[in-house]
Amino acid sequence: MKNREKVLQVKNLYITFNTFSGKVHGVRGVNFDLHKGETLAIVGESGSGKSVTNKAIMGILSKNANIEDGQILYKDKDLTKFSDKQFTKIRGSEISMIFQDPMSSLDPVMKIGKQIMEAMLVKENISKAEAKEKALNLMAAVGIPEPEKRFNQYPFQFSGGMRQRIVIAIALACDPDILICDEPTTALDVTIQAQILDLIKEIQEERQISVIFITHDLGVVANVADRVAVMYAGKIVETGTVDEIFYNPQHPYTWSLLASMPDLDTDASDELLVIPGTPPNMLYPPKGDAFAPRNRYAMKIDFKKEPPMFKVSDTHYAATWLLHPDAPKVEKPEALTRRIEKQKERQVADNE
Amino acid sequence: MSKQPVLEVKNLKQYFTSGYGKNKVVVKAVDDISFNIYKGETFGLVGESGCGKTTTGRTIIRLYEPTDGEVYFNGKLISGKLTKEEKREVTRGIQMIFQDPIASLNPRMTVKEIIGEGLKINKLCDSEEHMMELIYNMLETVGLTPEHATRYPHEFSGGQRQRIGIARALITNPDLVIADEPISALDVSIQAQVLNLLNKLKEQLGLTVLFIAHDLSVVKYFSDTIGVMYRGKILELADADELYKNPIHPYTKSLLSAIPLPDPNYERYRKRIYYDPSIHNYDVEEPKLVEIKPGHFIYASESEIHEYKKNI
Repeated sequence: MKNREKVLQVKNLYITFNTFSGKVHGVRGVNFDLHKGETLAIVGESGSGKSVTNKAIMGILSKNANIEDGQILYKDKDLTKFSDKQFTKIRGSEISMIFQDPMSSLDPVMKIGKQIMEAMLVKENISKAEAKEKALNLMAAVGIPEPEKRFNQYPFQFSGGMRQRIVIAIALACDPDILICDEPTTALDVTIQAQILDLIKEIQEERQISVIFITHDLGVVANVADRVAVMYAGKIVETGTVDEIFYNPQHPYTWSLLASMPDLDTDASDELLVIPGTPPNMLYPPKGDAFAPRNRYAMKIDFKKEPPMFKVSDTHYAATWLLHPDAPKVEKPEALTRRIEKQKERQVADNE
Repeated sequence: MSKQPVLEVKNLKQYFTSGYGKNKVVVKAVDDISFNIYKGETFGLVGESGCGKTTTGRTIIRLYEPTDGEVYFNGKLISGKLTKEEKREVTRGIQMIFQDPIASLNPRMTVKEIIGEGLKINKLCDSEEHMMELIYNMLETVGLTPEHATRYPHEFSGGQRQRIGIARALITNPDLVIADEPISALDVSIQAQVLNLLNKLKEQLGLTVLFIAHDLSVVKYFSDTIGVMYRGKILELADADELYKNPIHPYTKSLLSAIPLPDPNYERYRKRIYYDPSIHNYDVEEPKLVEIKPGHFIYASESEIHEYKKNI
């Protein structure tokens, strides 16, 4: 995994939104790298800034957004300084995006084939016949049966899962280097979700593209991700490889996220670990650690000073004062420890 | 089973038609399903979208007129024509918690009015003071404070709104609560709060619940008995643990194999089972819901039952 070429670097990105009630601090200093051929999952609840970060990468922030500080480096160029015209060149052809709702991201009155060809005809210098052939190949690649017949159909003639496959085909039309998936399976059923996830993984391996996967479903993260970044209130609070985040989480927010949803082993009599309260109002970003008011392990310093990123291993960092050498030793919640132990047992059982 | 079921659904059918003449299309949203819910029990209905689970809930609460079949509530038939008094008893006795906490609360009513409406209609309070007392008690039960009573829904967060929805459902002291995807519209960190609340209330008040959801881990956590629906039919019905440990129907197996678990190692080696409805040949033999093991029902034809029995 190490020493891989960095495709994208986000450095200290800070984004605010102008609203009638004041400035909303959507993203507050986000740092991450994306390596070639890897999947980075960004997890967090709504309003944590995960979508905003990626909209900044795509250059599709809404008009009232300001990039206050930071850089997004792609091929040695800073995307935050790009004009609309410059963005148009790379959008779709080098960085492309899959959205959550497959119905609203397709044009209902345009034939599927034309929608897939559209980007190719605009971006690449190819003839219509070539584009059509490429589109048909893509449709076959994303698992659409009878692409010839489907080519001339409209979105309403497709099911939800099939539509999402079309959206993926459109995103891949110009062979992008980076694919951003913004909750691509949230609107789908579990069985269809499983198929789409498999498809994304397959395509990624085949084409060696880098994927940023935004989701709030930890099960999906475990399935697709190589590395995970956990976001809360506009900041990355913990980042590490998927094994590190799931088997050795360090930040109390990650603990709560992992332990708050029941899995198939959870007994009906077990009470779920609850994160009390609600996320902070980002009109007035809290002083100190944003998670402190909801954190049962919060110390005095959490309310005063923001924790820096503490190093756990070369790939694993977490922003919590609990990792400071002077901090008292705190055990993970019992429910979580038990679950991780169970998972380890299952692992051993599978290996035998 | 000497217990009297609170709700008894018998051969319930709900068809929707559209178009006329040649273009007439009949959608069999719910196609001949039967199940019982006993007192204090939670019955979970799972299935993918469009399988008819929500329609089932809505038909039971009389939002639709069923095409065929009967629904018994506390031993009384409630699916046909009812007198005014009977209707009132049914609407008091069965309450519903909806999915969307924003759309299901009237934005122009205060919390007090929203919750108190059920009390007034059913004449469950004798005076204004009595009503307020009941409302304050209920607000505290669901984890809100009495000060919240005079506010409007827009002043609350999603989780709090869902609590108001729960308070509104419970104020009439219902015998059966239908919870239709009560947590799927909420944020991850809030979902656990609402789930814990529902669980607490279930124990405290001895509620009988029909829990409708598509998230299998949540249904497993919350329900005693689970029915798996697919295309308007219940394919498998069993005790929650039994269903997850020994699924028999291929569709249930495929559903279970598709749940993503927060465990990377498991995910890397997971084997998915795909369900192909064409493996069933129902032209010759009529499939039926059969009790294959005590308490474990499955929808299959006779030869299939024979086949499944070998593998138990």
